[in-house]
Amino acid sequence: MQEPVTFTWSGALLGVRRSLALILSVCTYGVAFGVIARQTGLSLTEATLMSAVVRAGAAQLVVLGLWSTPLPVVAIVLTTLLVNLRFLLMGAALRPWFARLSSLKAYGSLCFLGDESWALTMHELTEGKQDAAFLAGSGLMLNIAWIVATVAGYLLGAIIGNPEQWGLDFAFTATFLALLVGMWKGKATLAPWIVAAAVALVCAHWLPGKWYILLGGLAGSVMGALLDAK
Amino acid sequence: MQSNALVAIVGMAVVTYLTQVGGLWLISKVTPSPRVAALLRHIPGAVLVAIVAPAVFTQGLAEASAALATMLVAIRTKNVLLAMVVGIGVVWGLRHLFP
Repeated sequence: MQEPVTFTWSGALLGVRRSLALILSVCTYGVAFGVIARQTGLSLTEATLMSAVVRAGAAQLVVLGLWSTPLPVVAIVLTTLLVNLRFLLMGAALRPWFARLSSLKAYGSLCFLGDESWALTMHELTEGKQDAAFLAGSGLMLNIAWIVATVAGYLLGAIIGNPEQWGLDFAFTATFLALLVGMWKGKATLAPWIVAAAVALVCAHWLPGKWYILLGGLAGSVMGALLDAK
Repeated sequence: MQSNALVAIVGMAVVTYLTQVGGLWLISKVTPSPRVAALLRHIPGAVLVAIVAPAVFTQGLAEASAALATMLVAIRTKNVLLAMVVGIGVVWGLRHLFP
């Protein structure tokens, strides 16, 4: 028989406590986002609102690359969708536990799903602890850190001044390169990444705006899926 | 705040929430084919590569060298913050040495 899945305050508090170690890494991205948002020309209100309601670091950073006048709203929303498609798989992986909760608890706490909170929650649940409120506690904690760090980065950007003078325009590229290293899964990753880079370079040269992100990302993903199927 | 900025941010929030809840919802309806699952798995890495490729390969020697330094530090230390700081430092240094 399966153990019953619980959803308690103590489960949520455990999620909060286990997330404390990850606050520094979330704050790093949050500060980077705040700095780059300012560079990109977002107002403090816009940057803070985005961090408060979207709460998806990678997508927010990518969208800053698209932010220009006139604002390409459709491209921004589509790119957010593309970058966050990985959440579909993460949510699906939670099924053994979350399918046994009420819809309100399951779909309510899933709004706190992020890379870090999901990883912690999966670890906890597969260890045999059956309290699904862990995700909400962990996600809420990390979301608060994300919002506070955004504001701090934005205001810090005001002190730093012209970021190119300090090489800070490279923060965006450097952060993503460092994240990419963690996504390397051996030789299976090589061909998809070469295709993504090649298509992105061609599109960046020939197409206006930042469509190279969507097209390069799609081309690389399709390449990966085709190779995996062999 | 411009109204289209508000629309963009709200749109981002809506599609993000759809991806957060969509996985659990879909998996209780249908199971994704292995090929679709493979495609989803490759998206984060491929999108990140597409984003950095122009900056790494077309901006200049300072940026390309800094990209290499960033990745080496990330590989050796697994420390994203340190890697970012080193990358910024290398770009800063090379731009000042070879303006």
